[in-house]
Amino acid sequence: MLLGPSLVVSAVLFTLGVVGVLLRRNAIVIFMCIELMLNAVNLSFIAFSQQLGLDGQVFVFFVMTVAAAEAAVGLAIVIAVYRHRDTVDLQNINLLRG
Amino acid sequence: MILVAFWVFAAVAIASAVLCITRRSPVASALWLVNTLFSLAAIYVLLDAHFIAAAQVLVYAGAIMVLFLFVIMLLNLGRPGPGDIKGLWGKLIAMIGGVALVLLVVYGVLNKALTPTTLLLPPGTVAGEVEVQGAVRAVARPLFQGYLVPFEITSVLLLAAIVGAVVLAKRRL
Repeated sequence: MLLGPSLVVSAVLFTLGVVGVLLRRNAIVIFMCIELMLNAVNLSFIAFSQQLGLDGQVFVFFVMTVAAAEAAVGLAIVIAVYRHRDTVDLQNINLLRG
Repeated sequence: MILVAFWVFAAVAIASAVLCITRRSPVASALWLVNTLFSLAAIYVLLDAHFIAAAQVLVYAGAIMVLFLFVIMLLNLGRPGPGDIKGLWGKLIAMIGGVALVLLVVYGVLNKALTPTTLLLPPGTVAGEVEVQGAVRAVARPLFQGYLVPFEITSVLLLAAIVGAVVLAKRRL
């Protein structure tokens, strides 16, 4: 019953996450937008699991685990970059630019 | 009734997400994202995923966002600054990309391109299962029977993440 509306909300939230990544330069805010995208995908997993069986909820667990690991490692990288460059603005972090 | 509650929480989630990506201060962004995550937990309850809703509040709104706020305060980024939102071209590209993506995905959803109708369970099956088995056992049974190997591999992933985070955050890299 709620499958269609849930998928629409999930699509809108995912798009907002993408727009945030394109719009911002602060590395931490970009990480938060990535979390937003992961949550949008979780919402569609849960909506499908209501119609297709409980396996979708198990997948949400794995997505949450990967998101937690990604946040921990990513924020550690942000701290390491801040120690070296004194900024988290991605415009100033261009060592790999050709 | 459920539909009204769903749209209320969906509106709160989307509005909070918009505020999250447009606020200048990273702390404000993080707090609006917490609001979005709480609304999503409420939507999970409406979709018969009670245990996932509790895990969402504990893991996402509790642990992960506290980690984000901790790093923001550790790096002293909360002070008001010039802001990090890109200029006109960045805004234009973000807007065009966003509109195109949302049109594409909503078109797919409304055309039922994503819903294989032959696979759908009769309505109320999952809700009945949660009612009979309890919210935790209904999720734990597939997790520890069909998905046991992925579950164990997840522990290796978490160990690698712990070691990686500790090594990266050391004072002398």
